[in-house]
Amino acid sequence: MSKTFSIGGIHPNDSKISANAAIEDFPVMDMAYISVSQHLGAPAEPVVAKGDKVKTGQLVAKASGFISANIHSSVSGTVSSIELLPDIFGNMVKHIVVKVEGDEWLETIDRSPDIIRETKLSSKEIIDKIAECGVVGLGGAAFPTHIKLSPPPGKKAEYLLVNGAECEPYLTSDYRIMVETPEQILIGVELMMRALGVDKAYFGIEENKPEAIKVMKKLTSASYGSIKIVPLKKRYPQGGEKQLIDAILKRQVPSMGLPIDVGVVVQNVGTALAVYEAVQKNKPLFEGIVTVTGKCMTEQRNFKLRVGANMNNVMFAIGGFPKDAVKLISGGPMMGKAVSRMEAASVKSTSAFLLLTEDETKRGEEGNCIRCAKCVDSCPMGLEPYLLNRLSRAGRLDDLEANMVHDCIECGSCMYSCPANIPLLDTIRLAKAQVIKIIRSRPKK
Amino acid sequence: MKKLLVSPAPHLHGKESTRSLMRDVIIALSPSLLVSVYFFGFSAIKLAFVGVIACVLVEYAIQKYIIKSKVLISDYSAALTGLLLALNLPPNSPWWIVFIGSVVAIGVAKMSFGGLGQNVFNPALVGRVFLLVSFPVIMTDWTIPTSWFREGIDASTGATALSIVKEGLSKGLTMDQIFAEHNFSYAQMLFSKIGGSVGEVSALALLLGLGYLLIRRVIRPHIPLSIIGTIVVFSGIFWLIDPSHNPDPLFTILTGGILIGSIFMATDYVTSPMSTKGMVIYGAGIGIITVLIRNFGAYPEGISFAILIMNATVPLLNNYFKPGKFGKEVKHG
Amino acid sequence: MTNTIIFTVVSLTILGFVLAWILYLVAQKFKVNEDPRIDNVEAILPGANCGGCGYAGCRAFAEACVKADDLESLYCPVGGNDVMKNVAGSLGLKVVEKVPQVAVVRCNGNCDAREKVNHYDGFGSCAVMAGLYAGDTGCSYGCLGQGDCVAVCNFDAIHMDPRTGLPEVDQDKCTACGACVKACPKFIIELRNKGPKNRRIFVSCVNKDKGGVARKACDVACIGCYKCQKACAYDAITITDNLAYIDYNKCKLCRKCVTECPTHAIWEVNFPVRVPKKTESATIEQ
Repeated sequence: MSKTFSIGGIHPNDSKISANAAIEDFPVMDMAYISVSQHLGAPAEPVVAKGDKVKTGQLVAKASGFISANIHSSVSGTVSSIELLPDIFGNMVKHIVVKVEGDEWLETIDRSPDIIRETKLSSKEIIDKIAECGVVGLGGAAFPTHIKLSPPPGKKAEYLLVNGAECEPYLTSDYRIMVETPEQILIGVELMMRALGVDKAYFGIEENKPEAIKVMKKLTSASYGSIKIVPLKKRYPQGGEKQLIDAILKRQVPSMGLPIDVGVVVQNVGTALAVYEAVQKNKPLFEGIVTVTGKCMTEQRNFKLRVGANMNNVMFAIGGFPKDAVKLISGGPMMGKAVSRMEAASVKSTSAFLLLTEDETKRGEEGNCIRCAKCVDSCPMGLEPYLLNRLSRAGRLDDLEANMVHDCIECGSCMYSCPANIPLLDTIRLAKAQVIKIIRSRPKK
Repeated sequence: MKKLLVSPAPHLHGKESTRSLMRDVIIALSPSLLVSVYFFGFSAIKLAFVGVIACVLVEYAIQKYIIKSKVLISDYSAALTGLLLALNLPPNSPWWIVFIGSVVAIGVAKMSFGGLGQNVFNPALVGRVFLLVSFPVIMTDWTIPTSWFREGIDASTGATALSIVKEGLSKGLTMDQIFAEHNFSYAQMLFSKIGGSVGEVSALALLLGLGYLLIRRVIRPHIPLSIIGTIVVFSGIFWLIDPSHNPDPLFTILTGGILIGSIFMATDYVTSPMSTKGMVIYGAGIGIITVLIRNFGAYPEGISFAILIMNATVPLLNNYFKPGKFGKEVKHG
Repeated sequence: MTNTIIFTVVSLTILGFVLAWILYLVAQKFKVNEDPRIDNVEAILPGANCGGCGYAGCRAFAEACVKADDLESLYCPVGGNDVMKNVAGSLGLKVVEKVPQVAVVRCNGNCDAREKVNHYDGFGSCAVMAGLYAGDTGCSYGCLGQGDCVAVCNFDAIHMDPRTGLPEVDQDKCTACGACVKACPKFIIELRNKGPKNRRIFVSCVNKDKGGVARKACDVACIGCYKCQKACAYDAITITDNLAYIDYNKCKLCRKCVTECPTHAIWEVNFPVRVPKKTESATIEQ
């Protein structure tokens, strides 16, 4: 029997309607809007000025502070301005605006299709290379990868887990790269194992992607023996870090802990590919695979999209904003962020643009809680969302902490399954932020 | 330009709604209703009809004219209460008794606590117990009404199997004698010709409903299983001690509303615990109290009281039996 | 029959007396000696338990008053100076007077001035909305209009105006307890001096964007143009991060800044309606 995590979870219709659309290059846009804050942590500091010529792959903003990442130009052309522009949330963020002229790449980038496996680099050199190329986690949080690959002193990684679960409905970008560039991903995994100093990696793939499992198993049995492919039962939120570790290794990350506390580092398949390209091909992270999908669209697409394409560019490429769509989501339907401004541009960690119609996404009217416990049954962290919702509305932070609101992974399973349409996660998220702030503000023992 | 819709994640919602869940429970009750119509004819239809209409009307009137809130009768919860109440009455009950029961169920047990989701006690059961205490004669008159399309039915033997046993035992008869005298058989109980309330005529129809609820994932099996399991264990102990004066476990669970109570009454969302552990303890409590009432109490049945008593412990169970949290027990590192 | 009645009455009476005596003993044994002055002070306080004083409720505030040596840092905003005078009197402390204050909503971006750029479809709470994104208008500083301030007000003193979509303070009911100030995730509401005859002038905007950006998002935003600062003769206006702020302690209510402001972001409250200046020709005609 296939593995899966131990508590909660839901089974939404996976709607992977774009699974068979091969990856195509996104037409290079006229203007690129490159945000300096594409990662978790401090925004990068621009190193170019208005009027500068930049090439594709050139460093345009340098990491500042410990948790930060370099940012590279995704196009070649002239910097026309550095200004505050709205991101997808409408918050004003510094963007480097480049007027595109041709598509001239830096000479150092290896653009040949050859697959290179050998490396002589040491662990530290690999991590430095990853940092230099500005690789961030592509699973959603955009945490700088080089920091995740350098465990804090006193903690040692035992295993590397590769997240190919792609448990969110609709998303297919990870599936496409697993099918189209499997060997590159496995080399990326090997590089990360070398960086971490571990000799075993587990690669979790959900069973609704049999093609990917087949391709990967064939390769690993032939020549990548240190990587084990683990088929997982289809269940949301399998791709959550804690759930994936539980599913594959039966280890549970403690409350407020990190995967490294149980000797594990989790990386996304997209990140593995970016690591391969950064280390072996010298290519900084400035483009990624983005699924553009929705039941209201006639044609489903998987694009290789440069960073800095704004929503209008993307909509133009698919032939205009579909008439029935009311909501544009960056990411999957369960945890993705609703885009509030069409001026917002794509970033490194963008994995999908999903278009939903009013019928699919409009929230129903909130009813009374009937205490059906569907939220309790679906919570993968064993919390009681109905209770947390009530406590949050009453502002009882002590009780919220006692009921572990800070463990919530914001997967949305509770709200998905609530028959009374109660906005459980809205209120829980608010309480979680407040409680975590209080916990962090306490003096450490 | 098009104005985008923005909301926090998740952006999808499952297909279940309060309405669909209530509708599923009503569907699960329909085999029992059909069987009872087959046995009792018009009076079963009449009771169900009056129960549903009365409950819906009372809820409508209270929401519209007394508390002046939004009218929520379209969520089917009042209709379900009415149907459950009707199925728990003797088949020969007059229509007005259903109406009184409905007023108590909706008006006292549900709306006075704040409506759907706020009540502590199962409304249909409160209605039934109110009637049982207030109109003991009508509520224990198990005469089978004459039916239009089933004339051959034996209208004289109306008493429920349990009351026959209780009476027989008090006369000093043994179980075997009672069984022989009244010609009981288990097959009869499964498909039923035995007197009882409208809904519990056929154990098979009730089990069919349970199957439907489980397949549709409306309820989880923990509560019914723990109730029936506990009853089997406890009545089994009594039976083993003295088989001639205590009914055997199978007889116990097939009679006296155990099935309809454990499948439809005890699993009521609002008045049952939230966590798995809580559900099991709640079910076990119902089982124990039922057996105690049957063996030592005045009433031949007892599951209604058992469920109501355990309803009162639900807030406590919710507080003390939390679901197992993720990451509490670190197995490694 | 009579025996039964007598027996019942006598036994119950004895039982009652015995139990009462036990209750009395227990009450004596576990009696907590509290300063009686706390009760006195609590009786003077309004009893709204709003927390506007910074304490958990009126009782906690009364305890603090009794313990304190002076009333310098203790003030009941709801009761105001009258109540504090009584509290000081009952405790024999010096009276500390404070200028009465009122909550002021510093956002002027009604539906006409500040166009919506998207629709919000989440839980109706400003805090939730602010946690998600910048808001449904182009202005990322302004009022979100979900009414968290209305929900926390204990005095029914703040309401959403359905025409403007903004909260409106009822100055007669507002006690300046500060609950709405804390509730607002955008920090729009400020406690300001009520002012003589309730007259006050304030900048009804908190947008810190540059003039052009702010103006694009909202017609009535403060654009940080310095005109008001130049017009002010009393040095009451400071401009930081493209946003003007009027110091109510320095403002002499001359109203010059109000007319200067090109976007009408400065508001005057409770002033008599201005008489339009008569032109010279008009005077001659008279």
